[in-house]
Amino acid sequence: MKLATREVAIALRQAPLLSALSVVTIAFSLFAFGLFGLVAVNLRRTLDKVEERVEIRAFVADDTPVEQIADAAAAVEKYPEVAKVDIVTQDQALERAKREMGEFSDVFEGSFLPASIELRLKEGHRDPATVKKVAERLKSYDFVDDVRYGEEWVEKLYRLRNIAGAAGAILGLAFAAVAVIIIGATIRMAVLARSREISIMRLVGATDAFVRFPFLIDGFLKGVLGGTLALLLTWSASRIISRYFVETTFFDARYALLGVLFGALIGLLGSAFSVGRHLRRV
Amino acid sequence: MILFTNVTKEYARSGTALSNVSFHVARGEFVFLTGPSGSGKSTILKLVYMDELPTDGEVRVSGINSHEIRRAEIPKLRRKLGIVFQDFRLLEDRTAEANVAFALEVTGAPRNLIPNKVASLLSRVGLASKGTAYPRELSGGEQQRVAIARALANDPLVLVADEPTGNLDDRATRGVFQLLREINAAGTAVLMATHDLELIRRTDFRTIEINRGQVVFDSAVDKRRLPAGRGGEVRP
Repeated sequence: MKLATREVAIALRQAPLLSALSVVTIAFSLFAFGLFGLVAVNLRRTLDKVEERVEIRAFVADDTPVEQIADAAAAVEKYPEVAKVDIVTQDQALERAKREMGEFSDVFEGSFLPASIELRLKEGHRDPATVKKVAERLKSYDFVDDVRYGEEWVEKLYRLRNIAGAAGAILGLAFAAVAVIIIGATIRMAVLARSREISIMRLVGATDAFVRFPFLIDGFLKGVLGGTLALLLTWSASRIISRYFVETTFFDARYALLGVLFGALIGLLGSAFSVGRHLRRV
Repeated sequence: MILFTNVTKEYARSGTALSNVSFHVARGEFVFLTGPSGSGKSTILKLVYMDELPTDGEVRVSGINSHEIRRAEIPKLRRKLGIVFQDFRLLEDRTAEANVAFALEVTGAPRNLIPNKVASLLSRVGLASKGTAYPRELSGGEQQRVAIARALANDPLVLVADEPTGNLDDRATRGVFQLLREINAAGTAVLMATHDLELIRRTDFRTIEINRGQVVFDSAVDKRRLPAGRGGEVRP
């Protein structure tokens, strides 16, 4: 280990520009990936927020006793898909309508709006099929006149979410592949720059593992440095976007750490692959 | 020690490099390998340290067979050999001491023994005072001596030298050759590829001449001397 560390230090001293180039290449490849991730995370978060607004309203007949509505609401709250249930009385419905109409609020007179049971669904249960299923169950109550949940809107939102998810996965893979290829090529340059040393090592009886080990440490370190630099760049970009364009959410600590680990892994695998390929040829 | 049995080596692009080559180098022997450029001398040396494997036939070095050797076993073979090249192949960014120590470190020699061993090797090749010099600060002859010290680091059974005096002037050539003779006298076999017929004629060491990939002369079998005229040809 001590010997391998010394070899890494020698390599860094021998070609500082090439080493810096490797770190910067890793950083910018991961920065591009990070920017994409930032867009994906924020898009996802926005869609989640919109999805949270998926609401089912069951309008109840005017003469329904309050106790009966309350009993039904309590039963509905126990549905596994349901996150929250609210009862909106006729008076509350009127008040809300007035609030929503603003300056035209005085067009409403008397409690002619129906009372309703309003419910929101848990995350993961907001797809059109589940929403429809819950709506159908609500319809089965005798005192429920009508159930509304914006069927078309829910379906569009769900489709948008699926498209965003698929596009995110494909683009994410493409960005990751580009990062791996660019980083692999940079590390290969570093290996080729030391090919003479590798051939001498092998001539004096070094095993492949001995030759490979310093390169693995080197690749890992460059990956960690590049990943950290990419994280800083992405964080700076996120701050700039938040300040001048639109409020953005940055990755949480777990994802940020995963990003750096991803850099380390690419550095490690890139080195292992490049030096392995080189060793097979010499 | 080294046994070539009907060895043929073919390359996909350049064709046949060696054809049906057989010879034996005994323990402690000094053997010159001569012949014109491109005759196959370097290919023979590469087969000895198993940088190449034969297309046909068998190479056996210190009991290790080219048919059976696995890639992972090649370093073990090379630790029994010392290899020296015309272009020295020293690590330019390390001192003479570090270059010699490197050969010991890669083979896992105990760290506390390395400094003394390096000093003794540099002393043996006449460079006791040049340990801290970098290759660029040394003459060609001195660089080759460092390369020889490195080759001796693991107490090899055979020293394989590919044109070790090819880049040296007469004086340095004599010095390096004398060093190789001393190493041989101490018991290490030497297999030395060279163009230098003068060097060959100065001694009685066995000479194998290669031409167009074949052994055309072996002084151990054919007692005729190499000619004074054209390099590498045997008197008719």
